[in-house]
Amino acid sequence: MAKDGLNEFKLVGTRPDRPDGLDKVTGRARYGADFSLPGMLWGAVVRSPHAHAKIVKIDATKALAMEGVKAVVTRADFPEGLSGEDWDLQENTIAGEKALYDGHAVAAVAATSKLIAEDAARLIEVEYEVLPHVIDVDDAMAEGAPVIREGAADPTVPEGLHPNVVKYMEFGHGDVEKGFAEADIVREKSYKTEATHQGYIEPHACVGQMGRDDKGEMWVCTQGQWFIRKMCTAVLGVEASQLRVTPSEIGGGFGGKTTIFMEPLSLALSRKAGGRPVKIVMSRSEVLRATGPTASASMDVKIGMKKDGTITGARAEFRMQGGAFPGAPVDMALYCAFAGYKLENVQHIGYDVLANRPKCAAYRAPGSPMGAFAVESLVDEMAAELELDPIAVRQKNAVRSGDKASYGPKFGSIGLVEVLDALKDHPNLQAELGENQGRGFAVGYWFNHNGETSVSMAIGEDGTAQVSIGTPDIGGSRASVSLMVAETLGIPYEDVRVNVVETGALGVNEPTHGSRATFATGKAAVEATGHAIKEMCRRAAAEWGIDEDAVEWVDGAAQPAGPNAGKFPPMTIKEIAGNMGSTGGPISGHHESVPDGVGASFGAHAVDLEVDPETGRVTILRYLVVQDAGRAIHPSYVEGQYQGGAAQGIGWALNEEYVYDDKGRLANPIFLDYRVPVASDLPMIDTVIVEVPNPGHPFGVRGVGETGITPPLPAIANAIADAVGVRMTHLPISPPKLLAALKSR
Amino acid sequence: MSKIHVTTTINGDPVEFLADPRETLLDCLRDKVGLTGSKEGCGTGDCGACSVELDGTLVCSCLVLGVEADGKSVSTIEGMASDNDLHPLQRKFIEHAALQCGFCTPGILVAAKKLLEVNPDPTEEETRYWLAGNLCRCTGYDKIVRAVMDAAAEMRQEVA
Repeated sequence: MAKDGLNEFKLVGTRPDRPDGLDKVTGRARYGADFSLPGMLWGAVVRSPHAHAKIVKIDATKALAMEGVKAVVTRADFPEGLSGEDWDLQENTIAGEKALYDGHAVAAVAATSKLIAEDAARLIEVEYEVLPHVIDVDDAMAEGAPVIREGAADPTVPEGLHPNVVKYMEFGHGDVEKGFAEADIVREKSYKTEATHQGYIEPHACVGQMGRDDKGEMWVCTQGQWFIRKMCTAVLGVEASQLRVTPSEIGGGFGGKTTIFMEPLSLALSRKAGGRPVKIVMSRSEVLRATGPTASASMDVKIGMKKDGTITGARAEFRMQGGAFPGAPVDMALYCAFAGYKLENVQHIGYDVLANRPKCAAYRAPGSPMGAFAVESLVDEMAAELELDPIAVRQKNAVRSGDKASYGPKFGSIGLVEVLDALKDHPNLQAELGENQGRGFAVGYWFNHNGETSVSMAIGEDGTAQVSIGTPDIGGSRASVSLMVAETLGIPYEDVRVNVVETGALGVNEPTHGSRATFATGKAAVEATGHAIKEMCRRAAAEWGIDEDAVEWVDGAAQPAGPNAGKFPPMTIKEIAGNMGSTGGPISGHHESVPDGVGASFGAHAVDLEVDPETGRVTILRYLVVQDAGRAIHPSYVEGQYQGGAAQGIGWALNEEYVYDDKGRLANPIFLDYRVPVASDLPMIDTVIVEVPNPGHPFGVRGVGETGITPPLPAIANAIADAVGVRMTHLPISPPKLLAALKSR
Repeated sequence: MSKIHVTTTINGDPVEFLADPRETLLDCLRDKVGLTGSKEGCGTGDCGACSVELDGTLVCSCLVLGVEADGKSVSTIEGMASDNDLHPLQRKFIEHAALQCGFCTPGILVAAKKLLEVNPDPTEEETRYWLAGNLCRCTGYDKIVRAVMDAAAEMRQEVA
């Protein structure tokens, strides 16, 4: 479905085996917890059982007296005087004066075995003075709510708001009141979503080692080894270049492994234990209690619509809590909320609010799913009220290339219209529906991202290529980068090896986040390859005694460009590489930049489901993802991203949520109770890859990871409304909630 | 606490180790025997990433004590391929792109292998229910189910 007619690639767009496939099906791949070092100690973390409490005293005497215990650290072992984001990271790593949420780390211990460390952690006595707490975002903004941190608000917050409101934003264009006045109907509704966890199956794990000279090393499961380096060294007061961070294979991340949790604790313990390496592996309940879930949200949306479906004005006011620290993705939620609609008059208002919950981390298109839920639910309801086709309403208002986005800038090349056309034509939409069955649609959006990127590639003596990249391979990016480099060089896919390298081997790289790996790392790898090709052409030109501009690279060989350059047979990469020692030395290419040309991505989903009126249980019958990939470098892994995003969104819509008891303790901190979708919960997930190439990337890539989690939340709510006539405005739509709504119909 | 001497067979090889009575089979496999292919995703038997066979029974090795392996045989992901030949399931998982991060893959392969021994011709629904104890957060299960069913089809032809 490529739209540029240039899809004549030999390798890009094919589906070869992934380079790390064998390692991963044989158990050979090494993940975070799979690595050990000689003399290694095990660390365990003491965590607050209280949602909000003053730490009066920590007594580690009994723990330190245990045989095998080598070190205990508390906040006193960390430098003072940090500010801003660095302070937030340090405070979240280990509590200072107060524990701010259930699960907040307050101390850590290192010992000669895992069991001894766990036993010692239980012997560390912490005296708390319990303080009133607040969990819900609306409660946290209300008058009289416990103040989580005085003076945390930034200057954007208008006077008179509760101190838990730490950031305020307002933006838009046109005149929203005028827009509403032009409408035939204006509707306003409130929506809520609960916090969910990224739910990667691999718990966080690291091995950290640091000597008294502050030189250190770390092995860690992360989406970004440079972020780990930057954050750990900031929290510990150490120079960045003195910590070398090696990423392990990563067992899922979805944004949740872009930041630090216990990594600085392992380094601090190691430093205190005479430089012995310290391994810390989180348990699942530690992951759920103390690593980044997403924000919960409370949202008001108001839309004005003409009888023909034209949206004349739109307003969103979102309140989000992202835990006890600033940083809820309310800005992103607002940017994405109306992104699919061409709007003359639009207004956005947002509040970032503190609550006694763990610090939120990025989760796949941060903020966008919540905003999509609110906006796409209301658009759907209004379309139904006006008896309009829900897809037609979205087509009527859809943004096109060159349109001004709801959040300000003009869109470059985008493919929303093509996505909606493909959705409308899909056979799933012809399937017959029975009693208590319904069909729902929604669109979703993500910007995609570039970020700091460094890539190095080198030609081997045999004409093969090794590529060093700095973005961990979370879902097949080694395969996509290999395909792009092999395509560019004109050599077999198998002749390229892509290595994810440690921080000592390359310049800075941002993590695998923002759907950037195949876009930014891929683009940088193609640029780096171009430099090596240029050098190989130069070597051939020197050999032939012609100008280097008279040499071109075709199908893995240098050849004279045109009839005037001279008659020489092509010189293959193998010949050039074999002689490189005598023609000027090693041949390599580098590229360092923040690659420009990011391509935004739209998706649209269609779901058929059935509601059991006896229990409120929802069964997904059919699911369709249509999304613009720009170009699918390895279509199988693009489909996998679409399907995985949909599955996570289905979990978010129907079942997943953070449940707190009245003491503010997380009540469902294991996978039995925080239940992510299992194989028997889901049908096959159909996919259509739309390809409107991104002109900003040599192969047209947009990035595909994130957009797919945005439409499932509203698509499912819309399908439930279609099936049983009940409009659910608070996620998750769990069976008890839906049953209660059915009964009060 | 004194440790207990455990004599067992792992992937056909005799293995001995000393286990604290509180240590799980998973911890013993990973930290004492050096077989880190089995993963811990939950420690409570909910995710299936640590699936192994114990005397032919599919178990979550995080729910079995290491000392329980005494005198028994254990099969892990590391024993699934024979010499240089991958098991058809392993080949089909690569071919169908049935893994993304790959962390759940060893457990799913071990569980799927058992499924095909018990039921060489599973329906999609049977496959989904059998694998309901193996969480995957990346794939949405679609490609996993396809890979298992394709491997089953191939294995049935080999038998016939």
